Amino acid sequence: MNERARVIALHGGLLALLLAGHFVLPAYHHGNLARIMVLATYAMGYNIVFGYTGLLSLGHSLFFAAGMYGMGLSVQHLGYSAGPALLIGVLSAAVVAAGSGVLALRTRGVAFMIVTLMFAQAGYLTVLYFGEWTRGDEGFVIARGARVLWGIDLSDEGNRYLAALVLFAAAMITCLALVRARFGRTLVAIRENEVRTQMLGYDTFRAKLTAVTISGAISGAAGAAYGLLFGYAGASFAGVEYSILPLLWVLLGGAGTILGPFIGTLFMFYLIDLSSGFTTAYMLIAGVALVLLTLFAPQGIMGEVRRRIWGWLP
Amino acid sequence: MELGPYLMLAMLEGAVMASVLALTAVGLSLVFGVMRVVNIAHGEFFMLGAVLAWVITQMVGGPPAVGFAVALVAAPLIVGAIAVAADMTILKRVDYDPERTIVATIGLLYIIQQLTLMGYGPDARPVEAPFNTRLALPWFEFKEGALAMYWPWGLSTTSYKLAVIGAGAAVLCGVWAMMARTRIGLVMRAVQADRDMALAFGIPVERVYAMVFGIGAALAALAAVLIVPITQAHYLMGADPLLLAFTVVIIGGLGSLPGTVVAAILIGLSDGIISVFFSPTLAKILATLLVALVLVFRPQGLFGTRAV
Repeated sequence: MNERARVIALHGGLLALLLAGHFVLPAYHHGNLARIMVLATYAMGYNIVFGYTGLLSLGHSLFFAAGMYGMGLSVQHLGYSAGPALLIGVLSAAVVAAGSGVLALRTRGVAFMIVTLMFAQAGYLTVLYFGEWTRGDEGFVIARGARVLWGIDLSDEGNRYLAALVLFAAAMITCLALVRARFGRTLVAIRENEVRTQMLGYDTFRAKLTAVTISGAISGAAGAAYGLLFGYAGASFAGVEYSILPLLWVLLGGAGTILGPFIGTLFMFYLIDLSSGFTTAYMLIAGVALVLLTLFAPQGIMGEVRRRIWGWLP
Repeated sequence: MELGPYLMLAMLEGAVMASVLALTAVGLSLVFGVMRVVNIAHGEFFMLGAVLAWVITQMVGGPPAVGFAVALVAAPLIVGAIAVAADMTILKRVDYDPERTIVATIGLLYIIQQLTLMGYGPDARPVEAPFNTRLALPWFEFKEGALAMYWPWGLSTTSYKLAVIGAGAAVLCGVWAMMARTRIGLVMRAVQADRDMALAFGIPVERVYAMVFGIGAALAALAAVLIVPITQAHYLMGADPLLLAFTVVIIGGLGSLPGTVVAAILIGLSDGIISVFFSPTLAKILATLLVALVLVFRPQGLFGTRAV
């Protein structure tokens, strides 16, 4: 098999496996996996910026929340139906990402990390400040009637799983096409050596800005879908924690790989799920996982797989 | 009450906050300046200081002043020791690589927070101040051409708050003296200026790093012990000081001690005044955006000399 066929077989195989899961999984894991696929979409969006472009952003909750609130608020206050609301969510996330990207990308390294963190914090506080519309920390429930897309009721569990799978597949195909295209190679070049990339004649600022915008749009799509599928929007999704989680998932699964974010999300979700059976200390486990990861597997699960077995992994 | 006394009250509250903030931020700035490490767990060291202050005062018993005095010495030492241990077991092993230390300190944050929750519980608990006399403050005003002094109702502070301001200033002077006048400070500055050259001259850089990380954490813990009689000890209290300390360190210029102190006073006072007269949330939003923009357009901060 040549590389292209292998890549298609591996990623197509995962999607087929997930589709098969719809028919065979018991209800509990069926529900879990739907949630994991939406969160993994968020992690894949994050991975474009962090894994492939090498920018450590701590502000992606801003884009997730922009998607969620762009969708939720237009349903709640403008009475839009699910389709247009979803679109508004993705668009608002892309706009917010482009806007904050223009400013934040003027800095680099530690400063970039802090600036993105601060933008996200300002966003979180803004959600609290306009509590009259957003209902702040308490959040609001998205009415069942509004969660119908093209006649499909997304609050139904089977439909929810399939919708999450469609979102996940779309994001995965987008990312795969992106990183295998010339543009993706440019991003990796920027990650490895930005000065040299610049000297080769690439407009690295524009490339980074495009990456941030696409990443923001995918994160926003995940946020909007999360709101639609699970029927709730709240300020906690805009908090620092939701910026750190995708970082954790991506690192665990392997930064700069397409499957890494999904593997990482799956692993972390079940690690917490299983451990919460006998302890409530899930944060302790997340913390220990982070520390162990930085110490022993800085490339994450799929990163190690790529290093040792499949050198061709995109 | 007129505007003047109000403003003075707000400024006093702001000064208390500024001194605590300065201590926390100087710790963060020291760690960043010398080690080039962004310590996300700094706020948790602050929280640990406050929680330990409660634990220690409960264990010691007796009059509040005794327990508080013990806490004032012991809590920073314990937190410092924890930080040194964290440095030697984790940060040293990732070789102080900027991105990996950030991730590792995020992990540390979760671990400390969860362990505190499990050991100390989710309640916010008060620590009694060693002394807490109410002091009425006079106000001066021109009345019919003459300067008159009177005591407006409500214009008062407590002796403890004044002591916090004094203690903050004293410790900052101590830190400055350590950096500028002692051999330890010299070694630290040498490592800051050129790590490899310092290593070549036989300075045990790794031990200096461990010590700096410990001192930074101890300063945060000290600040927390000072503030805990005014606020309360809670396992989630680390987030705000972390963000504020970041703000201060950035505005002041990463790694610059005088800049950090000036920025702490600026932020403390303005936060005190804005929160009294306007909405605190709005004040925070504006301050956060302002800081982000300072960093975007002047990455070296107000007093910084080199770009990040």
